[in-house]
Amino acid sequence: MSSEYLLEVKDLKQHFPIRSGWFSTTPLKAVDGVSFAIKPGETLGLVGESGCGKTTVGRTILHLYKPTSGEIIYNGTQITPQNIKNYRQEMQIVFQDPYSSLNPRMTVADIVGEPLDIHHLYSSKKERADRITELLNLVGLNSDHARRYAHEFSGGQRQRIGIARALAVQPKFIVCDEPVSALDVSIQAQVINTFEDLQKKLGIAYLFIAHDLLVVQHISQRIAVMYLGRIVEIADADEIIAHPMHPYTQSLISAIPIPDPETARRKKRIPLEGDVPSPLRMPSGCAFRTRCRFATEKCAQECPSLNAVDGNHAIACWNPHY
Amino acid sequence: MSTPLLQVKNLSTSFNVDSGEVRAVNGISFNLDKGKVLGIVGESGSGKSVTAYSIMRILVEPGKITGGQILFNGQDIVQFSKKQMREFRGKRISIIFQDPMTSLNPVYTIGNQLRECILLHTDRNREQANARALEMLQLVGVNEPEKRLKQYPHELSGGMRQRVMIAMALACEPDILIADEPTTALDVTIQAQILELMQELQKKLGMAIIMITHDLGVIADMCDEIIVMYAGRVCERGTADEIFYNPRHEYTKGLLRSIPRLDTNHARLIPIAGSPVDLTNMPKGCAFASRCDQCMKICLESLPEELQINDSHIASCWMNVKQVYMEAEKEGAV
Repeated sequence: MSSEYLLEVKDLKQHFPIRSGWFSTTPLKAVDGVSFAIKPGETLGLVGESGCGKTTVGRTILHLYKPTSGEIIYNGTQITPQNIKNYRQEMQIVFQDPYSSLNPRMTVADIVGEPLDIHHLYSSKKERADRITELLNLVGLNSDHARRYAHEFSGGQRQRIGIARALAVQPKFIVCDEPVSALDVSIQAQVINTFEDLQKKLGIAYLFIAHDLLVVQHISQRIAVMYLGRIVEIADADEIIAHPMHPYTQSLISAIPIPDPETARRKKRIPLEGDVPSPLRMPSGCAFRTRCRFATEKCAQECPSLNAVDGNHAIACWNPHY
Repeated sequence: MSTPLLQVKNLSTSFNVDSGEVRAVNGISFNLDKGKVLGIVGESGSGKSVTAYSIMRILVEPGKITGGQILFNGQDIVQFSKKQMREFRGKRISIIFQDPMTSLNPVYTIGNQLRECILLHTDRNREQANARALEMLQLVGVNEPEKRLKQYPHELSGGMRQRVMIAMALACEPDILIADEPTTALDVTIQAQILELMQELQKKLGMAIIMITHDLGVIADMCDEIIVMYAGRVCERGTADEIFYNPRHEYTKGLLRSIPRLDTNHARLIPIAGSPVDLTNMPKGCAFASRCDQCMKICLESLPEELQINDSHIASCWMNVKQVYMEAEKEGAV
C-alpha cells in the first residue's frame, strides 16, 4: 500500500536507562510518544529548547539509536533494525558541528566518496572521481577542493562537505540536525540557500531540526514544536507563527528577538517562569504545566494528546488559547 | 556637552603569532554615555570580544594593546598599573561572559564567589558581604537565594548561572557593564528572561551597558546605539534606527539582507558571498572589498574614511563618498 507520505513516525518512544542506584535504572524519557509524517519534497521544521528531544527524534528515525517503541514507516515499509541497512541509501543526516563530524585524516574526496564505496555506486575509478566532482559542484564547491583536508576549510565550507556526503547516495530524505547553528550569520544564509536549491533540484524531503525559529520558519512548510519529549503543536509554518495556540509556543514565539527596532519596541513578551524540569523527574500530566500560565487541575492529572483543531493545525493542550 | 563616561580613541590590539601579527582590533573609536546601551555587532573574528577584553585589560598572551587610549572619566586605563587595574575592574567596569558554565569556579560555592568580589571592592565586613550577596541574588531573580549561596555552580542550570554571573558583575555597582554574548549559550525563553532582567536592572541602577553579540535581534531589542565591526574595524556607528533603517555600509546592508525575517513571504535570503578575511593577511584597502558587490577600484587601494552621514550616524564606506561626490556634481551642473 502506498500513502501520500514519504515518512511516517507513529508514537515513537526513546527511553535511555540511567543508573539511579546499585542495581536499578530510571528511564530518561528523551522522546515520549512522537508522531508526525513528512511528504516527499517537503520540509518539516522541528523546534524546541535544549533537552526537548529533537535531536534524539532525528537520530532514532535513522536507527542511530534503537527505538524503545513506536513505528517508523518509510514509503509504506516499516523500518526495523534488520532492514535499516537497505534504507541507508534513502535516508541521510547532516550534523550540527561541521568541525567534529568530518574525519580530519581523510581528504574531502574520501569523505564524500566513502558512501559511494560502501554502497558500491561506481564501476570505475573515473566514475567515482566524476561523481565526487559533481557532488562538490552541487553544494557550491569545486574539484580543486577534493584533495584537501577538512581543516583547510571554513565552517560554512565544511558544512557543505557534510551536505555533499549526505547527498552521495541520492537520498530522498535528510535529517538536518541544527545544520546552521554553528555558522556566522552571513554564512548561514549561504547554507540555507544551498538546502533550498537542492530541495528544488532533487526533491529531497527534510526534517529540519533547529532552535532558531527565524531560520526554521524561513525554510519549512510545516513546523512541529517539542517540549520535554513530546510534540505540543504542529501546523503550517506561517500559521503557527501567526496564530500559535499552545501556551508554550506562544511564549517561544514571543521570545524571539526580532531584528527590527520598531517591532522590538512594540512587542510584548510572554515570559516563562523558571526552568525546564529535569526529564528524569517529569511532572505528572502535561509536562509544561509547571511553567504554564493557564494550568488547571486537569493538567496535573492527565497528559493531553495531540489533536487537530482545524485542518493541518494540531495541539496538545487542555486549555488552548486561540 | 558633558564628557562621555567612556571614550575609546583609536584603539588597536594585536596578537603576535607564528604566522605574523594578527590585528584583531585595528584603530577603533567610540564613546559611551552614562546610562546608555551600546551594541557591538559583528561576526566571529571581527574583534568585538577583543575590544571588550582590551577595555577590561584581560587580554591573554600574546595579545597586546598596541595603540590608542581608553579614557574612563578622562583617565587612561591603558596606562594603569596592574594594581590600579585590579581595583578598577569589577568596581567601575564589570564583564559577563558568554559561557556561564566555564566562567564560574567549580570548586567554590556561589556564596563564596559572590563574597570575594564584594570584600575586595567595598569595605563591608564578612557579614555585610553575605547580606549583600543575598540581596544581589534576589535582585537578579534567583529563587531560594539562601540555598543557592551554599550551592556549587554545577548544581545550577545555565540560565541560573548566568543570573549569578550578572549578580556578581553588579554587586559593586559598576558604572559600565560589558556583556560579551551573554545569552548565546542559552535557550530563547531563558534568553528573553535574561535580556528582560538586564533592561530592568539597567533602568534601576542607571549603568551603561556594552552589549556584544552577533545576534541582530538581541541588538535591535536592547541597544540605543550600535557599532558594526568587520575585521577589527568599525564599519558603521549610529543609533539603532539609523543602522537598521538607513544602513550606509555595504557590509551592514548585506548582514540585514541575509537574516531570515519573521514574515510569511519566505523571500529568498541574499547571502554575503565569500568568507571573512584572513586577519594575518589584510588587504590594503577596505577589508570587506573582496566580498562586496559594489566594490570599486578605490576600495581595493585605500581605506575608506569615516564620513558623518548625520548627527547620529557615521560610516566608513567609499560608496557614501561617491554619493556625496555625485550629488555635488549634479548641483554643480545645474
